[in-house]
Amino acid sequence: MVRGRFYRSREDRILAGIAGGLAARLGRDVTVVRIVLVLTTLVSGLGVVCYVLAWLLLPAEGSSETIAARAISDRQGITLVLALVPVLVLVLLIASVLHASFASSWGPPLLISAAGLVLVYRNAEDDERAWLVDSARALLQLGAEPRQAPRVFMVRLGTGILLFVLGVFVIADGALSHSWLRPLGGTLLLIAATVVLLGPWWLRLALDLVRERQARIRAEERADMAARVHDSVLQTLAMIQRSADQPLEVAKLARAQERELRSWLFEGRAPGSFGAEGALTLSAGVEQIERDVEAAHGIAVDAVTVGDSPLDDELRALLAAGREATVNAAKWSGATSVSIYVEVEPKRVSMFVRDRGAGFDSDAIAGDRKGIAESIRGRMQRNGGTAVIRSVPGEGTEVELSLPRHPGRA
Amino acid sequence: MNATGAPRVFLVDDHHLFRAGVRSELGDAVEVVGEADEVPAAIELIAERLPDVVLLDVHMPGGGGKAVIEAIKPIHPSVKFLALSVSDAPEDVIGVIRAGARGYVTKTISGPELVDAVVRVAGGDAVFSPRLAGFVLDAFASMPPDFELRGPLDPELDHLSPREREVLRLIARGYTYKEIARELTISIKTVESHVSAVLRKLQLSTRHQLTKWATERRLI
Repeated sequence: MVRGRFYRSREDRILAGIAGGLAARLGRDVTVVRIVLVLTTLVSGLGVVCYVLAWLLLPAEGSSETIAARAISDRQGITLVLALVPVLVLVLLIASVLHASFASSWGPPLLISAAGLVLVYRNAEDDERAWLVDSARALLQLGAEPRQAPRVFMVRLGTGILLFVLGVFVIADGALSHSWLRPLGGTLLLIAATVVLLGPWWLRLALDLVRERQARIRAEERADMAARVHDSVLQTLAMIQRSADQPLEVAKLARAQERELRSWLFEGRAPGSFGAEGALTLSAGVEQIERDVEAAHGIAVDAVTVGDSPLDDELRALLAAGREATVNAAKWSGATSVSIYVEVEPKRVSMFVRDRGAGFDSDAIAGDRKGIAESIRGRMQRNGGTAVIRSVPGEGTEVELSLPRHPGRA
Repeated sequence: MNATGAPRVFLVDDHHLFRAGVRSELGDAVEVVGEADEVPAAIELIAERLPDVVLLDVHMPGGGGKAVIEAIKPIHPSVKFLALSVSDAPEDVIGVIRAGARGYVTKTISGPELVDAVVRVAGGDAVFSPRLAGFVLDAFASMPPDFELRGPLDPELDHLSPREREVLRLIARGYTYKEIARELTISIKTVESHVSAVLRKLQLSTRHQLTKWATERRLI
C-alpha cells in the first residue's frame, strides 16, 4: 500500500484494523499506536469515539468505499441511532442528580460509540460482519472453549465476579483507613477480575489472528508454487507431447526439466527465477528471457529496453510473468518472432510482449488455463501490478504488464 | 528508380554469405546494382553507380558503414543509406544515423520487411527498428537535471514531442507503421512524418549527451 493513504489494515487488526492502518501511515510500530489508543480511551473515553468514527470513515485496505458511505442510505440504522439520543439525555440527567462525574464524563462517548457501532455492524461488509459476530460471541462466552468443562468455566466466572465486586466495594466503601490503599487495592482487584473474565477472550482473539494470517500466507505460497510448477513442469510436458515423434528432443527436454526441478527442490533455486547468480538488473533479466526463449523454442525474440533498474522482488515477478507471456507466444502463436518492450519510468515499469501470430479469442480460453490466469495475471496482481491481454484472431497477441513503482521507498 | 519503379540498391557487407542471403530475399522487388565487401571499394562503386539506396553493414573493417556515408554524403546527397546490423551497440547505431543514414534495421529482419524498409527509404522516409526507437527514447529521456546549465538547448531539436514519443514507443513494441496509424487513429503519412522528424532531431540535435549517452550505455 502506498504510504500516505489512510486505510484500515486487514493484516494488523484486533477489531477494525485502525491501529494497523495508523501505524502503516505513520511508519510506527503498531503496538505503540495501540498503547496510545488505549491510554487516550482510559483518560476521557474520547479514544473510543475516535476509534468508532475512524471505523466508519476509513475504507478497508483494498476497498474504496467507507462504511459511512453505505450507512447514509441505511434509514433503519439511523433511526436506531437517533433513538439513543433520549437515552443519552436520561443518563446525563441521572448523572447530574447523583453528582456522578464518572457517568457524565463517560456516558456521552460510550453512547456515541454504541451508535457508531450499530451503524458499523449494520453496514459492514459480510466478511467483516462475520468477524464481528465471532468476536462478540466469544466475548459473551468470555472466551470459553466450547469443549471446556462447564465446572471450570463456572469457577472462573465466580472468581471473576467475586474479584470485581470486591474491587468496586473497596473503591466505593470508606471502611478501610489508609486512604491511598483504597483506590490502589480496588484497581488491582478490578484488573484481576478483568484478566480472569476477559483474558481467555483476548487470547483466543489473538490466536485467531495468528491462525488467519498463517492460512493466508500458506494460500499465497500455494498459488506461487502452482504458478512455478506450471511455468516449468507443465510447460515441459506440453512441449514433450508436441514433439512426441522426436525421441532425442523429448529426452533433451526431460533432462533439462529434471535438472531444473532438482535445483528448485533441493537447492532452493526457483525455476525461471533470477537469483543471485542470474541477472541483477531489469535489462539483464530481459536479455536472459530473450536468450532462454530463443534457445528453448527456436523463435526470434527481439527485446528493447528503455531505462533500467536493479531487480527487486516485484521486478522479478514482472520478469517471470513476461517470460511466461513470451513462452506462450513462442509456443502457441505460430509467429516467427516475438517482440518484447520494457520501459522504466519513474512511477511505472511496463513490459509489452507482442507477436503477430494466430491470436485467440480471449473469451474462448477456458478458466482452467493456468498460464494466463495464474502465471501472468495472478502474479502481477499479487505484486500490485496489472496484466492486459489484447488478442485478435489472425492478427496476433499483445500482453501488457504494468507495475507501479514507488520512488523513495526501499 | 529504374524503369519499372523498383529502387536501385547497392549492398555493402563484408560477409559474402550475408550479401547472397539479402540478395535472394530482396528478389525482384528491387534492382541490386552492385555490391562491395570493403569500405574503399564501396565508396568507389557507389559514386560510380549512384544507387537509390545503399544497404550498409554497420560493422566493417576500415571505418565501418559510417566511413562510407561520410565519404558519399557530401558529393552525392541523393544517395540514401539504410543501416543493417547485428551489433545493436547504441554507439554504432546512433553513430551511423548521425552520419546520415535514413534508417536502421537488424539483420534478423524478414525479407518482406526489408523490402518495405528499402522502398520507404528510397521514398525519402525514415525507417526505425524497434531497437533504434528504444535507443532514441532512452537517449532523449536520460537528460540530467542540471542539463540546462551545461549549454543552451534548442527546444525544437532537443526534445521529442509527446506524439513522437508515442509513435516511437509503438515502434519499440514491434508495431508496423500501418498498425501505429490504426492505433493512434492517424494516417500512415502522419506516422511517417513523425518518424522523419525524430530522425532529423537525432541527426541535428546538438545534445552532446546523445553521443555521450551512447558510449556510456555500452559500458554498463
